[in-house]
Formats: sequence, C-alpha cells, structure tokens
Amino acid sequence: MDSSTLIAVASIATAGLTTGIGCMCPALGEGRAVATALTSLAQQPDASATITRTLFVGLAMIESTAIYCFVVSMILIFANPFWNHVIAGATQAAGK
Amino acid sequence: MRLSPDQLIFWQHGVFKLNGTIAFTWGLMLVLVVGSKLITRKLSTELKRSRWQNLLEIIVTAIEKQIEEVGLPHPEKYLGFLGTLFLFVALAAVCTVIPGYAPPTGSLSTTASLALCVFVAVPMFGIEQQGLGGYLKTYVQPTVIMLPFNFISELSRTLALAVRLFGNMMSGAMIIAILLTITPYVFPLVMTVLGLLTGMVQAYIFTILAAVYIAAATRVRKPKPDSRVAPAPGH
Repeated sequence: MDSSTLIAVASIATAGLTTGIGCMCPALGEGRAVATALTSLAQQPDASATITRTLFVGLAMIESTAIYCFVVSMILIFANPFWNHVIAGATQAAGK
Repeated sequence: MRLSPDQLIFWQHGVFKLNGTIAFTWGLMLVLVVGSKLITRKLSTELKRSRWQNLLEIIVTAIEKQIEEVGLPHPEKYLGFLGTLFLFVALAAVCTVIPGYAPPTGSLSTTASLALCVFVAVPMFGIEQQGLGGYLKTYVQPTVIMLPFNFISELSRTLALAVRLFGNMMSGAMIIAILLTITPYVFPLVMTVLGLLTGMVQAYIFTILAAVYIAAATRVRKPKPDSRVAPAPGH
C-alpha cells in the first residue's frame, strides 16, 4: 500500500469514526439534560421561562462539541491538506 | 463543493477580492440600516402607530427583557451591542429563503470577527462598570493561581463562540447542498426549514452567551454585611 492510498484510507476512516463517536456522546448528554429539564418543569411550571432558557443555553454548549467533531470530519473530507499535497504531487508528475 | 461563501468570488482585482461573504454582509447591513431608518422616520407615542413601528418595538422590548433576565440591571446600556449581534445573525439565517444567497455567518471569518467583538466588548463593559483595577482583580479571584486559567477560559470561550456559529451555519448549507444531489424536491426543503430553526436558535444562543459573559464581568460584588449589626427580630 503506497503512501497516497494510506492517506486516503486513514482520512476516510478517521472522518467516519469522528462523526460517529462525536455525535453519539453529545446526544447522550443532551438527552439527560432535556430529561432533567422536563422533570424540573413538571415540578415548577411557573419557572418555565428560566428553565427553558437555561436548557437552550446548556444544549448549545453540549452541541458545540458535536460541531467540533463535524468540522474536523469536513476538513478531512473536503479540505484535507495531506490529500491536497498528494494531488499536487500527482498533477506535477503527470504534467512532466 | 463550496465550503463557505468565501469561495464564491464576484470580482477580483489583484489581491482585492469581492467574495460572497463581503457582498452578502453588506447586503444585510443595507437592509438593516435602511429598513430601520425608513421605519423610524416618524415615530409616534400615541396608541395609533404604524405596523412597522410596532414590529420594531416588539423586537426591541423582547431583547431588552431577555438582557435584563440574564442579570444585567440597565439593559439599555448593552442593547446596542447585543441587539445588533442578535439582529445580524438572525437576519443572516432567515435570508436563506432567498435563492442564490449563502449566509455570511457560514464563513469562519465572519464568526471569528463577531467573536472578537465580544472578546473586546466584555473587558470594555467590565472596566466601564468596575474601573480598571476592579476589573483586573476579577482575574485573580478566588486565588492568584487562577490567573492563567481565567485567561485561558476567556480565550477558549471566544473560540467556542466562533466555531459554534460557524459549524451550525456551515453544516446547514452543506446538508442542503449534499441532499440536493441525492433526493431533490422534498427532503432538502425539510432540511432548509431545520436550518432556519437552528439559525434562529444559534442567533439567540450567541446573544445570550455574550450577555452572560458581560454580566459575569460587570457583576458588582456586594459588600459583606456588617457583623456588628443586630439581626432583625424574628416574627
């Protein structure tokens, strides 16, 4: 397996793994957050504005870790510097 | 595959590029400024007022109430900054319904500059409220050892603000683009609606987080109660 194939395989596999694990764990965290928020809403419905707002802010913070994993996956697939280097080398070799 | 409106170039002259981010940002600024100027030309304080003035009043009072609920006692001081943040990010998301438009917040440059504005504004409001010495003292609370950690947390939450907004807007645009090549007509429409919803939520989150950071910086520490004063008599 030459280096360009290795780079391609490693990029694709890592991108898939990053998105897979990176979407599972924040989803678990968000599920727990929403469950606790629902419990407290049922106990104190008159504080619903504060609880809802705090819930959204907390969800956004948890979501941002999933977004980090998504951005890394996108970089690996679409803006991969190692793959661009390989492509530039191949274009140069073909042009000579 | 276009990752961001940065790569959509309308005009180029040497080093200077007019790309999609700049063009759409200026378009949004034009809409906001010209729209507000036209609506606020003849403001009325009686019961009879134009619909547009009513709309603006609803928006402004809602933002003011949210800022106050977060814990900032005089919301009108921060309304200019936080309100503009919210309106810009929300309008950038809502205008996705216009064909040919790409939200400028889908480019890391825009979100990084918005996050830098917040990074600069927090110490500004803090120093205005507590004075330079008082604000710098918050960095060494509760102990001096916390100084590097407080500083790092300031930097990292600015970075998180930028990447959160960028990731959400870029992922919305990218999902729609990918789905258009697979299953046109119905599914991309559903994803566009979802993109609108997440855009509005992200605008709200950005503003509320900025308000929370400003509130943390401008919180006046209450002096400890005097222990010599006798406690109030019980009922």
